[in-house]
Amino acid sequence: MATRIYVPSDTSARSLGADAVATAIEREAMARKIDLELVRNGSRGLFWLEPLLEVETPAGRVAYGPVRAEDVGELFETGLCSGESRHALFQGRPEDIPFLRKQQRLTFSRVGLGDPLSLGNYVELAGFRGLSRALTMAGEDIVRWVTESGLRGRGGAAFPTGIKWQTVLDTPSPQKYVVCNADEGDSGTFADRLVMECDPYLLIEGMIIAGVAVGATQGYIYLRSEYPLALRVMNEAIARAYAAGYLGEGIRGTSYRFDLEVRLGAGAYICGEETALLESLEGKRGMVRVKPPLPAVKGLFGQPTVVNNVLSLAAVPFILDRGPAAYADSGMGRSRGTLPVQLAGNIARGGLVELAFGATLRELLYDFGGGSHSGRPLRAVQVGGPLGAYLPESQWDTPLDYEAFAAMGAMLGHGGIVAFDDTVDLRQQARFAMEFCAVESCGKCTPCRIGSTRGVEVIDQLATAADREANLTLLQELCETMTDGSLCAMGGMTPYPVLSALRHFPEDFTVGGEPCGSREPV
Amino acid sequence: MPGATAPQADVIQSAIATHGQRPGALLPILHAIQDGLGYIPGDAIAAIAQALNQSRAEVAGVLSFYHHFRTRPPGNAVVQICRAEACQAVGARQLESHARQRLGTDYHATSQEARISLEPVYCLGNCACGPSVRIGDEVYGRVSPAVFDALLEALDSDVVVVQ
Repeated sequence: MATRIYVPSDTSARSLGADAVATAIEREAMARKIDLELVRNGSRGLFWLEPLLEVETPAGRVAYGPVRAEDVGELFETGLCSGESRHALFQGRPEDIPFLRKQQRLTFSRVGLGDPLSLGNYVELAGFRGLSRALTMAGEDIVRWVTESGLRGRGGAAFPTGIKWQTVLDTPSPQKYVVCNADEGDSGTFADRLVMECDPYLLIEGMIIAGVAVGATQGYIYLRSEYPLALRVMNEAIARAYAAGYLGEGIRGTSYRFDLEVRLGAGAYICGEETALLESLEGKRGMVRVKPPLPAVKGLFGQPTVVNNVLSLAAVPFILDRGPAAYADSGMGRSRGTLPVQLAGNIARGGLVELAFGATLRELLYDFGGGSHSGRPLRAVQVGGPLGAYLPESQWDTPLDYEAFAAMGAMLGHGGIVAFDDTVDLRQQARFAMEFCAVESCGKCTPCRIGSTRGVEVIDQLATAADREANLTLLQELCETMTDGSLCAMGGMTPYPVLSALRHFPEDFTVGGEPCGSREPV
Repeated sequence: MPGATAPQADVIQSAIATHGQRPGALLPILHAIQDGLGYIPGDAIAAIAQALNQSRAEVAGVLSFYHHFRTRPPGNAVVQICRAEACQAVGARQLESHARQRLGTDYHATSQEARISLEPVYCLGNCACGPSVRIGDEVYGRVSPAVFDALLEALDSDVVVVQ
């Protein structure tokens, strides 16, 4: 019988040398005359162990990692093929690794198990069960299930998904659309990418269900151009889904129709904002629209449009398969279900942690993350991307919950957690937040377009003694104007990282402190 | 098209023919041209405008809005360094200075000697394994200055196809 070895093929595993490991395994197996079946699976999201090689044994799968190409000969020598534990990289059964064992993977239950493009695999692992049920339900009932599950938009705004769908369902139109926001631009986030690269049919299934529910026949995945691998995988998955009758006319023998294609963005952070995204899909500059009208009423090409994040749509097949209560059972308060958290930045064990709402930042940073990557003390954490607040240690016991975060002037956003050790200079980070806003602002509203540039200047002036108090007041007032006067979250939330840095880390803003950029890690 | 060389005009016309009828055709057309030529020549603007029944100003406005699109030919390789926070937390700022110094060029420019175009990028989605760099369609993680130099040396011996 052939020895089956898995080598992950997602962007992160490959960025750490997975392709070279795969080649080395093939070479070594050939030299040893071993009958090898090499599977390029998706990543389980345990990135500090990538490339994480797994071998199939009679007792289940056994993992080794992080493997470099030069380790492969030695691994074969010490009994890799029979899953022996002699090598230092031996990790045991992957499901027993505490980082994975302690998670509640509802959306990511399948990620990393097999070849992402194998439809057979997907169906075997409970794939398309949600769709099968949805195809027997009235649209109204599907929407009600999504509402009852308590699912809220995982892109960051946390708007109840069911209510959005209901609006589209209730708005009569001969043409409606489902648009997936896959413009995952927040630093520290990679969950959308993992879904698309490692379980693409899950997203396709979620989008078809959305289409069936609201009566939309055309779907678009708006994917950022920074994700070339996700583009290749999604396109191939869509082609195979068409060939198998899941897309197109007469889905699985029913009278439903749903067409789907990927559209590529072009490097504009603002296109993650839903109305800018729609403009971009229409072939225009990604300029934010004034709301109302909501996209659910007047969206893509002026038609009723569901715009959902990848993770929102990817949560839907579970809800339809297992029922709304199974999803709503997890979580706390008004935050129901699970949140795929992404541990990133200066963290020892970075990766994807899907957990019910309610865990604290401290548990994530230490129990899962293992503290900093550098070995130095952690000092600040930015949650929710470049528009998220910098949180000091005193706030790390806050539970992950949309309302709890909002109450302290922060946001969970897309669930990205970026850890910084004690070499971080928060004035530099505050300045970067303004600089980023200046680079990425669509330019439609003045507080964002001009305010961000003025913000950089004022933060630079704060480094000098001149007019210090006046400049501090000016910065506060500028942030207030941006918060209250901007059209969308870009200008409206850039003050979050700036003001939180100023409030919680005032020592980094002292006069005569080191100028921005001078602090080097030891 | 006046000014466009024959192969350029072919790429532009074929991009328009392939994508021109799709709803929201402009971005797919621009992508196809850049994928084919490495950049979007000025001559493409008038041709696209005519095909889509838009003004040249509208097409140029879209072209200039998006960071991804280039209006000048890139060097032999495009090297993108992630500037976003997760990479900053593990030394991206040091990597940026190293790259600038090593290549003798700033962002949005091409090095004289090795003909390498240096570009910033805001997140490659490799945030647990930074600092991250993209060359062509490949993403590299844990890129220290030494790893960066090794990547450049590998480029010297093996020309990377420009995306």
